[in-house]
Formats: sequence, structure tokens, C-alpha cells
Amino acid sequence: MIKSDRVTTTTCPYCGVGCTLQLHVKDDFIYKVTSPFDSPVNHGNLCVKGRFGYDFVYHPKRVTTPLVRRYLLEGKPKPEGREQVFAVSVDGKPIPDSKISNDWDWLETDWETALNFVADNLTRIYKRDGSDAMAVYCCAKATNEDNYLLQKMYRAVFRTNNVDHCTRLCHAGSVVALQQAVGSSAMSNTASQVVMNDVFIVTGSNTSENHPIIALQMKEAVQKHGAKMIVIDPRRIDLVDMAEMWLPLKPGTNVPVFTAMAYVIVEENLVNHDFINDRTEGYTEFLSSLESFTPEYAEEISGVPAEDIRKAARLYASAENAAIYWGMGISQLSHGTASALALINLAFLTGHIGRDGTGLNPLRGQNNVQGASDMGAMPFHYPGYMRVDNPENRAKWEKAWNIEEGGLSLKLGLTTTEILSHVHEGGIRALYIMGENPMMSEPNLNETRKHMQHLEFLVAQDIFINESGAFADVFLPATPFAEKDGTFSNTDRRVQRVRAAQPPRGHARPDWQILCDLALRLESRLGLATAHWAYSNPEEILREMASVNSDYAGITYDRIDKVGLIYPVPTLDHPGTPTLFKESFPRGKGKFHQLDYIPVMEEPNDEYPFILTTGRLLEHWHGGTMTRNSALNEIYPEARVEIHPADAEIHGIRNGDPVKVQSRRGEIVVRATVTEKTTVGVVFLPWHFAEAAANLLTNDVLDPQAKIPEFKACAVQVFPVREGDLPNPEVMLERGRY
Amino acid sequence: MTVTFMMDGKEVTAQDGQTLLDVARENDIDIPTICFHEATTANGLCRMCVVEVEGQRVLQPSCIVKAGANMKVQTRSEKVIRARKTILEMLASTMDLSDAPDILTMMDEYGASHERFPDAERRESDVKDDNPMYIRDYSKCLLCWRCVQVCAEDAQYTFAINFEGRGYETQIATFFDKPIPETTCVMCGQCVGVCPTGALKPKREFLLESGKSPAEISVMNTGKKQRKPR
Repeated sequence: MIKSDRVTTTTCPYCGVGCTLQLHVKDDFIYKVTSPFDSPVNHGNLCVKGRFGYDFVYHPKRVTTPLVRRYLLEGKPKPEGREQVFAVSVDGKPIPDSKISNDWDWLETDWETALNFVADNLTRIYKRDGSDAMAVYCCAKATNEDNYLLQKMYRAVFRTNNVDHCTRLCHAGSVVALQQAVGSSAMSNTASQVVMNDVFIVTGSNTSENHPIIALQMKEAVQKHGAKMIVIDPRRIDLVDMAEMWLPLKPGTNVPVFTAMAYVIVEENLVNHDFINDRTEGYTEFLSSLESFTPEYAEEISGVPAEDIRKAARLYASAENAAIYWGMGISQLSHGTASALALINLAFLTGHIGRDGTGLNPLRGQNNVQGASDMGAMPFHYPGYMRVDNPENRAKWEKAWNIEEGGLSLKLGLTTTEILSHVHEGGIRALYIMGENPMMSEPNLNETRKHMQHLEFLVAQDIFINESGAFADVFLPATPFAEKDGTFSNTDRRVQRVRAAQPPRGHARPDWQILCDLALRLESRLGLATAHWAYSNPEEILREMASVNSDYAGITYDRIDKVGLIYPVPTLDHPGTPTLFKESFPRGKGKFHQLDYIPVMEEPNDEYPFILTTGRLLEHWHGGTMTRNSALNEIYPEARVEIHPADAEIHGIRNGDPVKVQSRRGEIVVRATVTEKTTVGVVFLPWHFAEAAANLLTNDVLDPQAKIPEFKACAVQVFPVREGDLPNPEVMLERGRY
Repeated sequence: MTVTFMMDGKEVTAQDGQTLLDVARENDIDIPTICFHEATTANGLCRMCVVEVEGQRVLQPSCIVKAGANMKVQTRSEKVIRARKTILEMLASTMDLSDAPDILTMMDEYGASHERFPDAERRESDVKDDNPMYIRDYSKCLLCWRCVQVCAEDAQYTFAINFEGRGYETQIATFFDKPIPETTCVMCGQCVGVCPTGALKPKREFLLESGKSPAEISVMNTGKKQRKPR
């Protein structure tokens, strides 16, 4: 039996649930993960990623020494083009068999050299082209402290709001909708309150795979507390097994289905008049916009039987406590904002918000996407969702950051998707990426590739050379969750501690230290008064942020030592706020929104007869930087496209056959899984696999308000190809659950 | 509703529905448990928590017996001690307790002998190493049922494992004894989290115990995929 040297309690680095992990360490090696059974979020339960998926920390491919390209280190001119290189040159020798100019080789160097290259090049470009040439991707995987510092660096040093992160690609539609209708953009209730629901709707979320522990609580609500679950999703997801109803809608038809539910609720007078009178506005106008949204009309568009829409509406509206949980099937559409507004209208109509066991609950994807958004890692907001175009907000942060009056920019920044599409002469020239992987996560990757190649200077701060870091000029090796301290804010708005279980491997450094070191170099080169970067620990960073952002004002590391606090926590003795909007909404009254049905941008036709919808798998995480460098990859090593048996038969596709999936923008070859998990006319692809990247196919059309791309629907064709066409012709491990 | 009754000669009160074990723990009376776990439904399988209740013919498992008015309960009577000692001795005679420090401590406490039943047939089986996440070593399994429970309604609702066989041959197994990846298992490891005896163990802990170094284990993660040629 192994006796551990220490057991470190920390927070899981994968999804937004925020499970408590205990890392058991022997000789600086994590050999086991457990979870305390009194943990507030997960009650000791974990999923395969949390319990077993930490081994990327030790993967031989992890980079633990700063890297720069040969051309920089040897003082040569930058070679033409920009090339992806994944391997590191050994002892400075050219990388063997490389078809790429040796000037692009990655060479190991020391921190001093690497940071000076970054500082020199960023200041050179900034001095030449100004604030608008600079942009940064913050990171929903990194801590609150890391994100706060990175947005501070770009705002305080480069005076730009071109700061964003992957929230743009996941829940931007929900965030904008909630801001418009409610004035706040997080889950209104905690996930553990699901057991208090009598009826709940799960839509656009494959909760069992993407928020596994919340799915357990949903199953418990159904099995042990008698709740009725309504699943509204184009896929026959695992939760359907326990659902009262499953409404299989065509991807992108959320607005007609949910608005038809509103129609039924009004038609059958199931509305909560008191709530509407006291807490909302715009009801009369909303009523007039409902007229065309009959359930029959919705059936025609969505394929969901009108009678099912009626039944679901009655169930939801008649419940004592009902809630809605949604994922990216709502937000990742060119009308993602409207989709989320359709859900919000339902909650307003019935008053299922503002009490325990009710609410509007967007399930946030990343471990710290809530926190990164709270920290101002967004182009329109300072920390605490303070608009950047409001001079009063600006003055607050100028004071906090020791900046001359009027020094910070009032101009709204570019979003994640816009930053890359603005890479050109006179546009974005230098990009700093902390931990993100746009070369996997952006839509229409062939375009993304061109934009990445046209950057003048690219810095990657990460733990692996991923598909995006492979384009960088300088690679700064950061530490993963197990080697740093800080906080994550989960989907419940619960701020929890992250603790180092072991010292950084090799020469890697925690992100916050890298950023402080770099910021000081930038300030001295630009002759700026210092915005203060001399933190002795991450808590000082959080406290600086909390001094201006009242939501976090009452949070100290001491208070969240054992159990996290759910913000808003306005004072040091405030107990936290599990349920929002009990008395009022942040914007005052909740606002009904009139909606129109706008179809997805690409409808199927004879040439592209299928709708492709993309999503995630239990075993993998997003762009794969972590999970594809883990034993997790052994239990799910390759992408497979799900196709309905009826469609498969027509196209002569058997289970396991190699097929080509082709859209107007790209093509990939994968094996087919013939399954009734998907619906007729719809095929599904996970987007974790670089060798068959689903985002080569997806459509880069954006929601006009939220700027979120339409990942959930584009037109494709699927046809059989030869075994040899597969990027990886091995067969996946036999798995019973698929 | 509360009820009042006697436990070890002391008057105690219980809320409606509380078990004798709950009440004992609230009153700092130590009752040892093996199969009981705060996260699973109590089943009274191991019988380690038995107590003597006046008027009852046999010893009662305190983890499931509800407190009742005017009960007279002895948690450490001679009969109770003898039963617990024998349970421990029977376990020690049939299974490998080397990874169960809590049970070994109980054996010391109760003066239980490892040699009490020298002729007992030991339940021995090979380590099942069929997936990259965890191993199953049923030589160390005492059939507490917790893994089955958390795989089912006590947590995961996955139903990948259950009892197989009858009587002495009983074992925890997947259906048709299929390798883990071929079952409905989602490899959440809830079962590993509640195993009291190290029968279920993370693969990396197992490798470290087998003498592999962290460096060797790190490379194994990237080793050959367990895939069949098509």
C-alpha cells in the first residue's frame, strides 16, 4: 500500500461543475484522485476526466522549458509564411525530416531570453501600429487571478479592449440574452437545486457527457424526488432514458418550439399574472408577437408534434417549481441570443424564477468560464461586467491601476471570432494566447489557419504545443492546475480554491508569475507608470480585483478555504447568494422580448442533404490539449460521425465504415457510428480530434449581437470512402456504452 | 417525533427514522462498520455493526435498524464482541486484507486472529487489468456491495456491475464477465472511490505499487493503444 506524501484539496480543471478533488501525491507524482463525500458540489462523485484524467500533467510531450523559434534566437529575419511546428529541436539541431524551413525550428531557451523577445516584439508592434494592433485570448481554464492579470495587462499597458476568451464560442448568446432580459449573466440557481424541481427542461445540453455530475443530480431528481424531466434536443441523449418527454427538434428551431410553448401557456391561461405584473415589462407587446407561433406552425418547422409541444408547455407551466437548464444547443447558433431569449420568456410567463428550485440555468462549459467572464476577459466589460464604454467605470479602473485620467480605452474591443478575422495590415498584428486553442475551437478552421499565418507575432502560453501554439513565435511554458494556486468560479457562481499539489515541473512557471514578469518588462520599455504587478501571492491579485468588483468583495482565501462561496458576496460577513433575483432583477424588471423565427444559415439541400451538429464527448475536453495527451485518449482515440440507421441505409453506410463528411468549407474522413442516438437527417461530430477536426466543416456565420458562431448547424454530405482514406486506420477500443 | 431509549445504560433520544448507528454516532458511542458508507444505502451486509437489543432473538445490524421507544441496546456486550471478532476472523481467513488498514486495526482492537480458520478456502482470483483507468483485484473483495450501489441508484445510474454467482462463489462482476470497456461502464470510478479494501484501485496507483517509477508510468500513458486490428 502506498502512503501518500500529501493530499492536496483542489478544484477539478475540466467542466463548469467545479467538483472538489483530492490529489494524492507521492514523490511529486499524483497517483490517485479522490473526492470528499461532503463536498458541496459533487458529494464525492466524479467523472472519468476528474478522477483519472489528470495524467496530462506528466505527459512526455508537455513543454516545461521556454521555446523560441530559431530565427529569433539566431537574429535572422522572420521567414516567409508562418508554419505549424509541434516538435522541439534537440540540442539546437534541425528537426529531422522537417519540410519546413529550419528557421521555424523550436529551440529551448531561458525565461529571460524568451520574455525579452516577447516584450521587444509586442512593444515594437504597439509603438508602430498602436492599440488596435494588439489582441489577447484569455483562458477559461486558467484561474481568476491569471485572467484578471492578462486583461489588466492588455488594458493597462496596450490600452486596448481587444480581450476575449472562449466564452464567445460557447455561451455568448446566453450571456447577451440574459444581460438584455435580466441584467445578469450566470445561472440563477445552483445545480444542486435540481432536486427541488418538480419539472425541469433540459435543452441543447448533453448533460451526462458534458456536466456529468449535474446529470447525476438530474437523474436523482427524477428517480428519488419524483421530478419530471423534459428533454428538448435533436439527439436522443442519455437523459432521454429517464425523461417524461423527449422533443426531438431539428437543430436551430429552438425559437419556434419554445415560443409555441409560450403560445400554449397564454392560450390556456397558465400564465402567472402576478409575476408578470410585478416583475416584468413588455408583456403586451410580447403577446402581440405570439400570434403566428401556433404549435402546428412550430411542428412544421421543427418536426416536433404539436401535441407534444402543448403537453410540455402544460407540464412546465403547471409545476410548482420548474427550471430550465440549457447548453450550447441554444447559444451556438446565428440566432443564439434569440434562442436564449425564448427560454427567458417562458420563465417570465410562468414566474419560474427567483425561488429555490426554479430558474434560468445556462450550464457553463469550462471550469472557469464563469470566472474568466467575471474577471473582465471580454471586449465589452471590465471585471464585474462594467461596460468599458462608460467613463465612470473607466475612472474606477484607472484609479485601481494607477493610470492617468482618460488613459484607458472607451472603445469596445473585438471578440474572439473578430480578432482573427481582423488579422491583416492595419488590423490585428500581434496576438497573445493563454491556454486557448483557436485552431481547434474556431469555426471554419481553414479560414482560421490563414488568419493565424498572417499574424506578425504570436505568443502562446500553455502546457503543450497545441494546434494554435504550433504557430507561435515564442512559447511560454505555464503550469497546469496541479502546480498553481488561485481560484475557479464554477457554473453555480461558486468561487473555490485551486491549490498546487506539487512544484512546477522543469522550468514551467505559474501563469500569474509569467504575466507579472512580462508586464513589468513592457512597462519599462514603454516608460509607463506601473499599474502594480508586484504581487507576492495570488490572493493579493483577487483582493485587488475585489476592491472594485463588489460581487467578489467579501471573498478571501481564508473564507473559501474549506467550502467555496457563491457570489454575489458583497461584504466580508455575507454568506453568499445561491439563488438570484428573489426580490428583483439587476435591470429592474425582467424584459419580455418579441422574437421572429430565423432559420439557420445553411439549410440542407440535394447536394448537402444532412444537418451537421457538433458537440462533445464524456472522455474528451474541447480542443484536446489536455485529454488527447492523457490515458483518456486510449478509451476514445478517434472521432466518429453519428448517423441515423435510416440515413445510413440509403447511403450504403454500415457501422464502422469510413466516410467522408464534407461541407462547403472543408472535409474530413472518419468512421461512422450508425445509431438512433441521432435523428433522421442530422449527423453529429465531436470536435476534439485534430486529425478529423469537425470545425473544418462548421459555418463561421455569427449571431449579430453575441458574435457567437453557428457551430450547431451546417449542411454537409456524407459518403463512404476507402479504409486507407482514414487519418488513423486503427479501430477504436470496443466500448459497450456506444 | 422523537423517541427515547437506552443505549449502553445511557438514556438517548432519536429523531424519527434514525437508525441505532446514527444515534450511537451522535452520542459518541463507537460502533465499528465495514460495509456502511455515508454515500450508499445501508444494507446490513457485513454485520460488523451488530448490537444486542433486549427481546430480540438475534443480534441486530445497527446501520439499518431504526431506533424505537424504550429499546434497550447493548453495543459492546459479550455476544456482540464475539460476533464482531468472528466476522473479522472469517474475513481474514478468506480474503486479502493487506489494503484494508481500517479492518486490520479492528482486528487488533478485537483481538481477532488471522489463524482462527486455518483450513478455510481462500477466495483468490487474478487481477483484472482490462482498461486504462482502474484495476479489479477480487482477492481483496469482501462483497460490501458499495461499488454496485454507486454504479446503480446511489450515484451513477449506470448499472455496469452486479453480484454474480451464489453463496461462497459470489463475486462482483460485469454482465457475462465482459471486460470493462465493453460494458456500459463510463469509468467514472465512483466504485473505486467507495471500495474499502483496495480491490478496486486506480491503474496508476497499482502500477506505482508494482514497482514502476513515475517516469515509466508517464510513458505508458502514451503507449500502444488497446485496439484490435480490423
